[in-house]
Amino acid sequence: MYTDKVMEHFTSPKNVGELENADGEGRVGNPVCGDMMAMQIKVEDGVITDVKFRTFGCGAAIATSSIVTEMAKGMTLEEAEAITNEDVAEALGGLPTNKMHCSNLAADALHNAIEDYRRKAAGEDGEQ
Amino acid sequence: MRRIYLDHSATTPVHPRVAVVAMNYMMNDYGNSSSVHAPGRKAAEAMDEARARVAEFVGAEPREIIFTSGATEADNLAILGVAHAAGDRGNHIITTAVEHHAVLHTCDALEKEGFRITRLPVDAEGRVDPSAVEDAIDDDTILVSVMLANNEVGTLQPVAEIAEIARARGVTVHTDAVQVAGQLPVDLAELGVDLASFSGHKMYAPKGVGFLYVRRGTRLKAQMFGGHHERWLRAGTENVPGIVALGEACVLAQEEIDYVTAHLTSLRDRLIAGLEERIPDVFVNGHRTERLPGNVNVCIPGVEGEAMLLHLDMKGIAASSGSACTSGSLEASHVLLAMGIKHEIAHGSLRLTLGRDNTAAEIDYVLETLPPIVENLRAMSAWKPGDEMPFED
Ligand SMILES: Cc1ncc(COP(=O)(O)O)c(C=O)c1O
Ligand code: FES
Repeated sequence: MYTDKVMEHFTSPKNVGELENADGEGRVGNPVCGDMMAMQIKVEDGVITDVKFRTFGCGAAIATSSIVTEMAKGMTLEEAEAITNEDVAEALGGLPTNKMHCSNLAADALHNAIEDYRRKAAGEDGEQ
Repeated sequence: MRRIYLDHSATTPVHPRVAVVAMNYMMNDYGNSSSVHAPGRKAAEAMDEARARVAEFVGAEPREIIFTSGATEADNLAILGVAHAAGDRGNHIITTAVEHHAVLHTCDALEKEGFRITRLPVDAEGRVDPSAVEDAIDDDTILVSVMLANNEVGTLQPVAEIAEIARARGVTVHTDAVQVAGQLPVDLAELGVDLASFSGHKMYAPKGVGFLYVRRGTRLKAQMFGGHHERWLRAGTENVPGIVALGEACVLAQEEIDYVTAHLTSLRDRLIAGLEERIPDVFVNGHRTERLPGNVNVCIPGVEGEAMLLHLDMKGIAASSGSACTSGSLEASHVLLAMGIKHEIAHGSLRLTLGRDNTAAEIDYVLETLPPIVENLRAMSAWKPGDEMPFED
């Protein structure tokens, strides 16, 4: 059912946990099956320097969140915003069709975290 | 790697004694039971013998046994057969929210044909209230279909009481008895039902064979047309190897039933007690005592079922879950939801179903293996019991 790459990320997920002083946070839930994902980013000079995630979901949900954190680390915000769920699935060597929505979730969580960062950054600028 | 099979409610291995019998009727005595010649007669005799064995096993007469391709077909034949034989005597069918899809989807199909379906709710333990059946029966009611034991949570239904109520009102009663066979003694005469479905592959016979018990005098319309097989109720050349194997499996089940019931019950109670001791916040789904001896079903909040199953599988343990993520339809178990369990909690359901060959040492291995898996997944989880979900249930 799952590729070796999916199983690799499922069994040894990268970047699990929480960041201290995260610059942006995203939290998304999946009404399809009831999954939940939280993602945090650290940003310096427009580049994502650290990412961490926590997931309450299936094997695909854990693997997609893990790989998306690996993909995003080191990317500019614009590059990370351009990551699609297909990119995530492709990086894992494909996902079963009924599991594609899990990859949406991972991309969405990352994009939400970036949005949150931008919102906060704009707010801080405004205060100065 | 050590392999521990704890998914006997999904299917069982074929017992060697049963497999040998099936092999013989595939390779040596392969005649068609409708043929006049000696090989044909041999097959017909073997089927007669199997029918007698099956009948004996469930406390019926041989002519009350209709062999089918399994319990899905038996459920279809029972429900469609009664509905289509009813004519203008009525169009109302009562069933429950926790039936197997073989029953529920058949009722859905009849609803589209214009039949009226009442799906009774269950309590938190998964039990139907017999008085709810009584209240639901009206002048149009032609059939009550309530399963003997639930395949997911193992809850036993008060079918004898329900049958008494329904039959007093002249309503035909069907029960899906699949999960009980081989785990608890079955006596259909005592149970008082008119129709009962069984499946070979849940009782150490092969897949693709089962039977419907049809009490003498029950009005039933065939759903498969062709030859004269099974008293015109089920056309098609009989699956002789499967049927003879099923007969053998019934003899085996009957010989061993006291031992198997006690063995499964002791393993079940050991497993439940161990899980409750070692996994914080775990709770048992289904009825504590009115329960299949071989069924353990728990919810582990904060963990998702498929993730648990994958980790268990890597440790050689085969189990199942009612989580939405494990179902092709991405819907959580209709049984758990009907019992009032919230979607996010049903996410963490785990079903371990025991068989005659499981051992206490295997249970202990599961009890050592599962807690660290749960701990690991919980540490990774974005949701803890009590947290809000970011979307509607
Ligand atoms: C309660 C119940 N009814 C019906 C069935 C269907 O049986 P079969 O696989 O023989 O069609 C099953 C097995 O999945 C079952 O557990
Ligand atoms: S999280 Fe439910 S299917 Fe992936």
